[in-house]
This record gives sequence, structure tokens and C-alpha cells, in this order.
Amino acid sequence: MDQRTQEFLAYVQDGGQVEATDWLADEYRQRLLKFVEMHANSELMGVLPEREWILKAPTLQRKLALTAKVQDEVGHAQLIYRVAEDLGKPREQMFADLVSGRAKFHNVFHYPTYTWGDVGVIAWLVDAAAIISQKALLKCSYAPYARIMRKICWEESFHILHGRDVILALMTGTDAQRELVQEAVTRWWPPLMQFHGNPIPRDEDPMWIWRIKSQGNEEARQQFLDGYVPQIWELGLTVPDPKLRRRDDGVWEYSEPDWDELRSVVTGHGPRSQDRLAFRRRFLDQEQWVRDVVLAA
Amino acid sequence: MSERASLLLTLADDELIVGWRDSEWTGIAPTLEEDVAFSSIAQNEIGHARALYELAAADLGTDADALAFDREPSEYACAPLVELRLLDDWAMTIARRYLYEQADQVRISALVSSSDPELAGLAAKIDREEVYHRLHAELWAERLAGEPRFRSAVEELWPYALGVVAPEQRDELARRVGLPLPSNSLLQGHARGTHTDELEPLWTEMTEVRRSIPGAQW
Amino acid sequence: MKVYEVFRRERKGQPFEHAGSIEAPDAAFADTWAREQYGRRGESDALWLVPRESIHEITEWADEFDLKYRRVDGYSIKARLKEARERASVAAPDAG
Repeated sequence: MDQRTQEFLAYVQDGGQVEATDWLADEYRQRLLKFVEMHANSELMGVLPEREWILKAPTLQRKLALTAKVQDEVGHAQLIYRVAEDLGKPREQMFADLVSGRAKFHNVFHYPTYTWGDVGVIAWLVDAAAIISQKALLKCSYAPYARIMRKICWEESFHILHGRDVILALMTGTDAQRELVQEAVTRWWPPLMQFHGNPIPRDEDPMWIWRIKSQGNEEARQQFLDGYVPQIWELGLTVPDPKLRRRDDGVWEYSEPDWDELRSVVTGHGPRSQDRLAFRRRFLDQEQWVRDVVLAA
Repeated sequence: MSERASLLLTLADDELIVGWRDSEWTGIAPTLEEDVAFSSIAQNEIGHARALYELAAADLGTDADALAFDREPSEYACAPLVELRLLDDWAMTIARRYLYEQADQVRISALVSSSDPELAGLAAKIDREEVYHRLHAELWAERLAGEPRFRSAVEELWPYALGVVAPEQRDELARRVGLPLPSNSLLQGHARGTHTDELEPLWTEMTEVRRSIPGAQW
Repeated sequence: MKVYEVFRRERKGQPFEHAGSIEAPDAAFADTWAREQYGRRGESDALWLVPRESIHEITEWADEFDLKYRRVDGYSIKARLKEARERASVAAPDAG
């Protein structure tokens, strides 16, 4: 590592932040851009599973709340893509890499949704897992990213309330509705456990080393379990992992997630990966004329 | 049904269905920034629908969600314009936005001076929000004015747009939009009172979850 | 497409703060889009939209001669005040 890079590393490890116009070490810029791009892609792809339920929302209030939630996610994509653009990659290039499969997005958005129970579980548990990761970015060494995370986390607080409300309405409803929630929790559990990534020790995680994230993968997963397993159990719901338990020292034990499944899914082999990418590609292509003709400044 | 309830349902059904159609663009609009803005328009329309349904529900002794979702497709009073599925076509979508907002302004501004204070009050609120819808639609219409596909979209949807307003309001709409009135025979196919075959699949999708467990709370 | 920087004021009396940026072809689109991205929840009392190219940033400073007197830390008030007080109590022990 050359001296300037070493100084840069020491600076960020000491809590220093950098701005878009500062000199960035090459390795830092590359890792940061890849991370930010994946985050932006995830927000954008995450819209697709939820979008169809906007159309099927069973009350006016739910339709409004779900539309607002998904709108926030598009807004988050916009904020995050702008950060990536200011790091040097145009959004058209990022979209092209996304739909061609060259760039990745988070595992949870490669899975199907089947019922309104999924709508509740996504807003309650999937979003919860994501919020934990997002909070770990609030102190990111790259200041433009840290700043947008504040708006993102603020908006996510509305989503938590919505998710909880949807779930509680179902859990205090008919047996059939309660069953929708249990079935969705059972189905979403494995991807949720894989979501935070495999447990590399923090000191070996480049995202921690460069202070892009303020916590390691396992710390995030433990936070998720600590916060949400009690909420799941107190509603009388079960989690499909007989090994799941909280030790006396506060650490949660669980069955080893399937890391092969995670790798396979994020490289585009998830149940809905290809058709969601195809859907997005179709609209990108169909609207190219709008961007070309009308929006060229 | 009272004339008032009937009028409220006409407005509410238009706003619900056009809001439903506009919400189809969530996540797939031409740019991210436009996506966020367009979604606000869809939410406003659903919000207007809800307020209108609530007024009607008070008159009819039911609730807003029951009116919005529990009627048969043939009972909806929406105009054919709002039923059309335009998802793959941004030019058509903007043409509809533009024409619908012009038509809506004609009828809403008439209601602002209604002797019915609840109706007048709600119409005024709706009108204030729709200032921004009109600005958005006009901005896009101006940008697309030179595009043949936009001009032909407006031409194609114009007879439908006239079906949104009452017959005595058509002249005013034609003046605002700057297009001539087509013949009556051309208008008949697109007027309120008939439904396109696009309404039923829309309604099926819109009510799928609600119908899956009738009477349930969600 | 141009980048517009967005500044938001949370409420009157507060300063405008940089909130992010949007891409738009011109000011009219920037207005329509920024008001939704930065105001749909009523979180801002006002927004400023500024094309990025209009912003003149200064990040380089000339301070070769160490003009500490211009900064708060260029004065050692504490030590001198302590000394002055000690002198005053020696000169007039019952005063004050």
C-alpha cells in the first residue's frame, strides 16, 4: 500500500470522513462504488415484488400506505444512484450492468411473493433486516453516502409502522389470515437469515476496514434476531429453525444458513431473478425514446 | 340513490381508476425522479377518491372501502378514458394525464361554487392539489408536443376525454384544450355509461385480495 | 441532463442545508421533481434548487504565515487572566 493510501486508511479508521471532491484511494473508491451500486440496484429491484400488491391492496388506506412506501424506495434508489454517479459511474451504465446481470442486488429481491401475508412480512421483517444494515451506514466514512442515509432511515421509520400494522391486522383477523402470516414467515426465513451475508470477522471485512460500514455481518444478524425473534414469537408464530435460541450470554444460535443458496441467488439464479430483470429491461428499452428525445438537455 | 351520491360516485370512481392506472407506473417510469413525482399524483388521486367515497358513504349508509371495492364492475360510474391500460406507452399515459386534468378542472371548478358546502369545500381542496397535476402534465405535454406519437395519442384519446365531462361542459373543454369537437357518433363510443373491456380485468386484480376473505379486516 | 443541488430549510429561522441532488433537463422539471423528492412529507418549509455548475466551491486556503490572531485559538486568555487575577489579589487582598 503506498503512503498516501496508508494515510487515507489511517484517517478513515480514526473516524475521518471524506467528500466527493476529496482524493480517494483507488481501492476505497472501487469498493465503495460497488457497494453503493449494489445498494441502489437493490432499492430499485425491491420495488418490483411490492408493486403488484399496490394494485391488489384490499383497502384505500393500505393502497395509499403501500404506494407511499414503494415511492420511498424509488426515492432511495434515486438518492443512492446519485451518490454512485458522483463517484464516477453514469446511471445509464449502472442500469445496463444491472439488467445484463453484471451487477448484483440483494438476495431478498430475487424471491417471489404469493399473498398479502408476504406484503406484511416484507414490510415487517425484510425491511427490518435492511434498516439494520442502513443504520450501520450512518457513520460511513464517505460523507455524501452517510448524509443520504439519514433521509433514508427517517423514511424507513414510516415503513416499520406500516409493516407492523399490516401484520397485526392479519394476526387479529381470521384463522385464514393468521395462516397467511405464518406461511410467509416460514418461507421468508431462509433468505432473511442469509441477508446480512456470511459471518466474516469484522477485521477481515473490507467494508469495516475502510469504515464504509460500522458493523460486521454477524453483528447485524444478531441485532436482527434480538429485535425481531421476540416479536415473532410473542404473536404465536414459529420460525422454521429448531436450533434457534438465545443463549444466556445474549448471543443467538441458529442453523447455518445455506451460503451456496445465497451465492447462487445473488448471481442471478434466484426464483424470480431473470424475469424481474427482464421486466426492468423491457421498460428501460421502451422508454429510451423519452430520455433521448425529451430529456436531452 | 340521490343525485348528490351519484355525482360523488362518478367523481370518486374516475379518481380511483385513474389513480389505480397511474400507480401501475410505480418503479418503471422513464426516470427515477419522474417515478417519485408520478407516484405522488397517483396517491393524490386515490386520496381524492377516498374523500369523495367518504362523503358518498355517509349519504348511502356504508363505508368508503365498500364503495371502492365491493361493487360489481358494471356498477362503477367511471368514464372509459380512465379504464384504458396504457402501461407500455408513456406518450399515451401523458396524453391521458393531460386530457384528464383539463376535463377534471372543468367539472371541479364548477363544483367549487356549489351551494352544497361539503361538496364545494372538497372540490376546492381537490382543485388546489390538481394545480400541481396540471403543471406536471403541461410540462410534459409541452416537451412532447413535437413528437408524432404524442400528437396521435392526444388525437386518439380526445373523444374519450370528452366523455369525462357532462355534455354541457364539452364546449368549454374543447376551448381549453384547443381541439375541435368530434361528431356525436364518434363521442358515443367513449362516453360515460358504457365500460371498456379493460375494466373487468382491472377490477379482478384490484379486488383479488379483498375478495379472498370477504368481510375481513386488513 | 443537469445536476441540481437541493437545499432545504426545515422551518423558518433555520438555515438552508444541503439535502442532495437531482438530475433534470431544466429548472421546470427540477422544480416538479424536487418538490416530491424533498417535500412530499411536508418535511421542508422551503427548497433552493441550484444548478451544480452555478456553485463555486472553495476548498483550498492560503495560510502560509500562520495568522493565528484571526482565530479563537490564537489567544491564550486563560493563562494571562489567571496571572492578572493573582496580581490583583496580591495588590489589594480585601478588594472585590
